[in-house]
Amino acid sequence: MDFLTRRKFLLASGVTGAGAIAAGVTWLPMKEIMQTAGELTGLAPGVPKILVIVTLYGGNDGLNTVIPYNDPAYAKARPDLAYDEGEVLKLDEVAGLNPALKGMHQAFERKQVAIVRSVGYPKPDRSHFRSMDIWHTGEPERPGNTGWLGRWLDTAGGDPRLAVSFEQVLPPLLAGEASAGAVVGGNGLRLPKTFNMKSISGLGQVVPGEPKLQARAASCFEALAGVDQLIKDVIEDAAERAKAGETQATGTGGQTAIQQQFNLVAQCIEAKVATRVFSVSLGGFDTHADEKQPHQTLLGMLDRAVTGFLDRMSKSEQGKNVVVLVYSEFGRRVKANASDGTDHGTASDVFLLGHGVKGGIYGQPPDLKDLDRGGDLKYTTDFRDVYATVLERVLETDADRVLPKWSGRLPQIV
Amino acid sequence: MAYRSGLLSPMAERDKLAHLLRRATFGPTAEEVDAAERDGLEATIARLVGPSDPNLGPPIPVITNDPVDSLPRDATGAQREAARKTRETQIATITNWWLDRMVVAGSQLEEKMAFFWHGHWATSIEKVDSAHLMLLQHNTFRRYGQGDFAAFVKAMVRDPALILWLDGQRNTRKAPNENLARELLELFCLGIGNYTEDDVKAGARALTGWVVERGSGKTRLDMSRYDAGEKTILGQTGKFDADGFADVLLNLPASQRFVARRLWFRFASGDPVPEEVLHKLVSAYHAGKGITTMLLAMFSHPAFLATRGQLVKQPLEWAVGAMRQLGLRPSTLAENDRKQLMNSLDGLDQVPFRPPSVGGWPHGAAWLTSHSIQVRLRLAEMLAARTPNSVLAKLNEAPQEGRPDALAKLLVVDAWTPRTRAVLDGAAKDSRKMLALGLVSPEYSVH
Repeated sequence: MDFLTRRKFLLASGVTGAGAIAAGVTWLPMKEIMQTAGELTGLAPGVPKILVIVTLYGGNDGLNTVIPYNDPAYAKARPDLAYDEGEVLKLDEVAGLNPALKGMHQAFERKQVAIVRSVGYPKPDRSHFRSMDIWHTGEPERPGNTGWLGRWLDTAGGDPRLAVSFEQVLPPLLAGEASAGAVVGGNGLRLPKTFNMKSISGLGQVVPGEPKLQARAASCFEALAGVDQLIKDVIEDAAERAKAGETQATGTGGQTAIQQQFNLVAQCIEAKVATRVFSVSLGGFDTHADEKQPHQTLLGMLDRAVTGFLDRMSKSEQGKNVVVLVYSEFGRRVKANASDGTDHGTASDVFLLGHGVKGGIYGQPPDLKDLDRGGDLKYTTDFRDVYATVLERVLETDADRVLPKWSGRLPQIV
Repeated sequence: MAYRSGLLSPMAERDKLAHLLRRATFGPTAEEVDAAERDGLEATIARLVGPSDPNLGPPIPVITNDPVDSLPRDATGAQREAARKTRETQIATITNWWLDRMVVAGSQLEEKMAFFWHGHWATSIEKVDSAHLMLLQHNTFRRYGQGDFAAFVKAMVRDPALILWLDGQRNTRKAPNENLARELLELFCLGIGNYTEDDVKAGARALTGWVVERGSGKTRLDMSRYDAGEKTILGQTGKFDADGFADVLLNLPASQRFVARRLWFRFASGDPVPEEVLHKLVSAYHAGKGITTMLLAMFSHPAFLATRGQLVKQPLEWAVGAMRQLGLRPSTLAENDRKQLMNSLDGLDQVPFRPPSVGGWPHGAAWLTSHSIQVRLRLAEMLAARTPNSVLAKLNEAPQEGRPDALAKLLVVDAWTPRTRAVLDGAAKDSRKMLALGLVSPEYSVH
């Protein structure tokens, strides 16, 4: 699999046909979200309350992200791909960050980054699609058709404004059984002259009895009217507050897609909208050959976007209630292939960042001498431990309602 | 009168034929539905799957090598630059050609199948970066895509574009690269759940050693890179090579079932194929001429007729169908319009030769986003504006209140909902405007 972009990955996922999405609940007029400005209450200083989940599509190479720089087995397995001790940004005596993650390294030193090592799930699946479905659903045995945060939304009352994505389509993780998060994306709406808002909203009336997908097509028209307003409101709001000297203006130009997504998230949080979960993503991690440089470039994009966001969050009180979670569907094989790349692997690291995070290294570092039969790392922390912890400590939810009977938790990490 | 989608009432004969033709072609014209009505369902199906229509459309471009990869080692910078330009032109040529052919060709099912296989073995020119190699693969789809799936798979494991796309040329005895083997199991032949990780690893070993000469497009097995050892794949042990691996895969009943499911998924419905139908399709495959017979069985099955409205038109189906019905042809559009067409397809995320990933094109509701509607509005406006007067006359001949009905006939839509009808009535004075609204309507977005 190659040249997989974030949006296209989402389109390819089997989960997108899920219950709530099929019903067409995708777009919301932004007005409605911005109307919730100031509604986020019950904030205690520095106590996590808002989750920003960052999905890295394509399988980020964990061993070249958090690097076991002095493990001879690492250097031996990857002669041309490995980083040496002098290159890495040291975290402790065994692990160092990829040189592209400068900002995250500084945040780590400020104790605002928690790195959970060797996260995975039983019987790892090395298909991107299947593995991403597993991470989206939180159901490794048999991925169903609801996302874990979608199920959280169901338990939280189902208001789509609580879970927002700035991607072009709804990520499966935000699709619940009865409700789904809202999507905010694209540019402002300029109708070609043949069409006017009256005809657009006319086509947006769902007719009882029409085929399901036809109804879905109609609901896109209904949503269309809201799209423009949504973006405009966020931008206007930010501009106004910038004028009032409350916050810095939106960066313009030269921004990567992930930075743009983070900026919109930042604007929403600064306005204290009711949203509790934001979904952000970065694609392109699916490389199999000559991957050292491209991988570093992607990590650099991630680093600038995340740390820029964290800096901005540190300037407001509610920004200190934010936790950022970064994950990918799997890591890469320990041993490089002959193409100076790596093949699909298994366990990898999960990052939690933010003011309320207890920084440090958690879990067991990967053991490169104790691989599974496929030559892959064994996981030592189940990803559901991370989810359950976030559900309880950030979203203040009974995790059992989202991940039934799952008892594993991380130590007091947030 | 209350709207009835017709899904619960017995289908009128014309609606059955329209349904068949909407699926088996890139979008039928009213005249094609008329002709089918004269011939009847059985004869129409037989004609669709039968021998080629004499009108093949524009002939396949001839490209004999890749200009960049055929350069001598000591080529100058200027020669390289010129070769790169030629390659870009070739890429544009084959893309425009295929789009044009989809619209023009009489053998519509053949075109639909070429497109189906392109989505199945989804290979993108973005990485392959050679019109020559993409065209070689395209010809393989046309040559093998109707008959024996085993022969087809054996041709594809030697296909230079597929090998490059999935790093097969990097897959060697000393260091296997699993990419191609995995997708062969997961996406091309069997589907998830029918194999293990050990099968992927052993399969990769069977596929080792293939090298591609990029300039000429020739592939060959380099024995020094090939792993000749014993492998155990899907319970069989032997010194399997690429063909041996293919045989192991294709001797499993799961492989024919997989192909049948994929055909159903793209031609019939996103809902799972009923077990009884699946059984029929697989038997038809074995009893007859492979894939073509499977298609014949699918189109003839009552369950197929019951799938009306269960597929979202893919952007190419939507745009190509519209051009067929409006009497437009990509190659005769003005330069700017053709650019707009290609940009719109790009905006809709479906450009021939550029699938988004090896998983192929999206499906169903994934195509229905507010973003895609915005792109369609602009393209629909352009297509309506360029529709020749002779076609527009079919709408204008009707009295104003009857124009939405004339539009339904032109676009081969069974019926408008009262919702859309009201919008079309409001625009019926201006038939181009009404046409554009019809093209973006929910009714025209699904089939």
